[in-house]
Amino acid sequence: MSSSLRRFLITRILLTIPMVLILVTMIFFIMRVLPGDPIRSQLGPRVSEEQADALRERLGLNRPLYIQYFDFLWDMVTLDFGTALTQGERPIRDELGERLPATIELTIPAIAITALIGILSGAFAAKNRKKPIDYSIRLLSIAIYSIPIFFMGLIFQIIFAVRIPILPLSGRMDTLLLTQFESITNFYVIDAILTGNWPALRSALTHLIMPSITLGLALTGVFVRLTRVNMIEMLQSDFITAGRARGIPERRLVYKHALRNTFIPILTLLGLQFAILLAGAVLTETTFSWPGVGRYLVDRIELRDYTAVQATIGVFALFVALISLLMDIIYALIDPRIRY
Amino acid sequence: MAEKELLSQIRNLSVEYKTRLGQVSAVDSVSFDIYKGEILGLVGESGCGKSTMGKALMRMIQPPGKITGGQIIFQGEDIMTYDDNQMRDFRGRKVSMIFQDPMTSLNPTQRVDEHIIEAIQVHEPQVKIEEALKLAEKMIRKLGMQKRRMNSYPHQLSGGMRQRVMVGLGLVLNADLIVADEATTSLDVIVEAQLADQLKDIREEFGVSLLVITHNIALVAEISDRIVVMYAGHVMEIANVEPIFDNPLHPYTRGLLKSIPNIKLNDTEELYKMPGEPPNLTHPPSGCRFHPRCPRVMPICKVHGPDLTEVSPGRFVKCWLYIDHPEKESETIKVEA
Ligand SMILES: Nc1ncnc2c1ncn2[C@@H]1O[C@H](COP(=O)(O)OP(=O)(O)O)[C@@H](O)[C@H]1O
Ligand code: SF4
Ligand SMILES: [Mg+2]
Repeated sequence: MSSSLRRFLITRILLTIPMVLILVTMIFFIMRVLPGDPIRSQLGPRVSEEQADALRERLGLNRPLYIQYFDFLWDMVTLDFGTALTQGERPIRDELGERLPATIELTIPAIAITALIGILSGAFAAKNRKKPIDYSIRLLSIAIYSIPIFFMGLIFQIIFAVRIPILPLSGRMDTLLLTQFESITNFYVIDAILTGNWPALRSALTHLIMPSITLGLALTGVFVRLTRVNMIEMLQSDFITAGRARGIPERRLVYKHALRNTFIPILTLLGLQFAILLAGAVLTETTFSWPGVGRYLVDRIELRDYTAVQATIGVFALFVALISLLMDIIYALIDPRIRY
Repeated sequence: MAEKELLSQIRNLSVEYKTRLGQVSAVDSVSFDIYKGEILGLVGESGCGKSTMGKALMRMIQPPGKITGGQIIFQGEDIMTYDDNQMRDFRGRKVSMIFQDPMTSLNPTQRVDEHIIEAIQVHEPQVKIEEALKLAEKMIRKLGMQKRRMNSYPHQLSGGMRQRVMVGLGLVLNADLIVADEATTSLDVIVEAQLADQLKDIREEFGVSLLVITHNIALVAEISDRIVVMYAGHVMEIANVEPIFDNPLHPYTRGLLKSIPNIKLNDTEELYKMPGEPPNLTHPPSGCRFHPRCPRVMPICKVHGPDLTEVSPGRFVKCWLYIDHPEKESETIKVEA
């Protein structure tokens, strides 16, 4: 790593701090402005005021707001995140530790599907611009793009879990197997391999198919468009014409020269799309009862569990920041013109 | 020049672009020859169809353009009959091309050596990478660049160096013809002169033919052996460089020459700018396409177009001033609707 790249990375990391800080601060206050509170959401409307106050006191919600705020910030800095206010009041770090791997296990194959299908069909459409195959790909991508995730998930569930029951309906693993499953990293696929538990591996993988395809497909539309537009522009650039004039085969021009240069704008947008990916993950997790961070977030927002929501969103923000940092590094590796 | 050996014959080549405003007749029945080892200048104002001609020569016209007729004979074979594979082999191995903008004509994510090795291996897959690398190195040195430039990315090179790399990409495959379309236009004057000199050296050293396409007739005077003057998709005059500068025949050639600052036809003629501009080629002028701007226009010029005619050995002109026609002297030629 060159020293200039290192300096760039340090600056980037330092810049993420105010970004995340602003975000979590906003969430902190928005949660408290929203109607409803964690006490009522748990105890129901008919509890006495004394009972509510007692709980409030125990959870530290009676302290001045600024103290709660700095307390929360300190929890973020120490990566402790505090404890949830509802449903067992577990340490949030433990909750996320269990659920974050579930979300990552879902999103990685989804991204792979998106990137593979989206980029390849986008490039293929660009290569065959204005031919029937181009129109079909574009039409299909718009259609997929406009189907809501939960609806697509539901259709898949009806077809592949109910009508032709070849795939499990929801969850991460068969309940029966789960009771004896030894989880080390909470990435079930990895754990199953580590413990040599083949039936569990099989179950984990089959459970992954529908949710990851749903999430992957949902994001594919954007990628097809993005790749196609950028490829068309790239294919008209001088160096492609020059390559053609040098007798370089068309396939090589499209899939090596043009596509590699197209990765640069695509990657930038991929970084920006990451937030959308997380939003998609939330919906997918809800549809497939996937015990990931997304579902946790939705549940806890409903319960107005301030600390859990704050911490989860904080972690999301850190994640997005981390990914965009990663993008910048890949970017620098692909494009020699970029030297930080 | 000693014994001239033919490399290529372009015969009645026509190219049209389909646009919303109609068919653009960018190259219309153009014929000329290219000899081995010569530098042939193709000049004309911009919009006259020079780039179209250059691309057509390699059958690189992209839609909405199309070659609508004619032949391109190269080393005795009509390349219009080639299939895709033969064309791919032809491009690069037989003819190579250098473009106007050196900033964009190399792949920004490929190093110089990768470009050269790729060009070699695409055409000769049996050449090993070490061998290709050696050839690449040799070429880089021949072009007067340091060996370390091999590892440079295009953005790390100056415009002049990039154009030399482009030249080198044509030379490593021993192309017989290099088409340089406004290759020096975007360079500054000194670098332009250097590149022009280098093109001459390359011709000497490699015996390659060069088709130098430019709107800059001064450049053509500087480096060419022969000149093809194009106007509005037609070839107007073909001649060796000295006679054309001593005694331009076609009124358009005269106009072009008069507008060069450092070449005066004779002391009495002032430097001037040719009036008007090239026509819109969706509706080219009737008869001689130059007639709306021609200082010596005759009635016949507006109705009948002259043919490109050999008026003396190796000298071709497309102008009624030098060609007979029964109605030439008539003042009352009916203008067709
Ligand atoms: N892709 C294209 N589509 C439509 N018309 C074109 C296209 N390329 C060139 N032309 C037209 O063809 C004519 C010749 O253009 P060109 O060959 O670029 O001329 P030159 O190189 O001499 O400037 C011009 O009238 C131009 O407008
Ligand atoms: S043919 Fe007529 S109009 Fe055309 S250049 Fe000659 S004199 Fe001028
Ligand atoms: Mg041009």
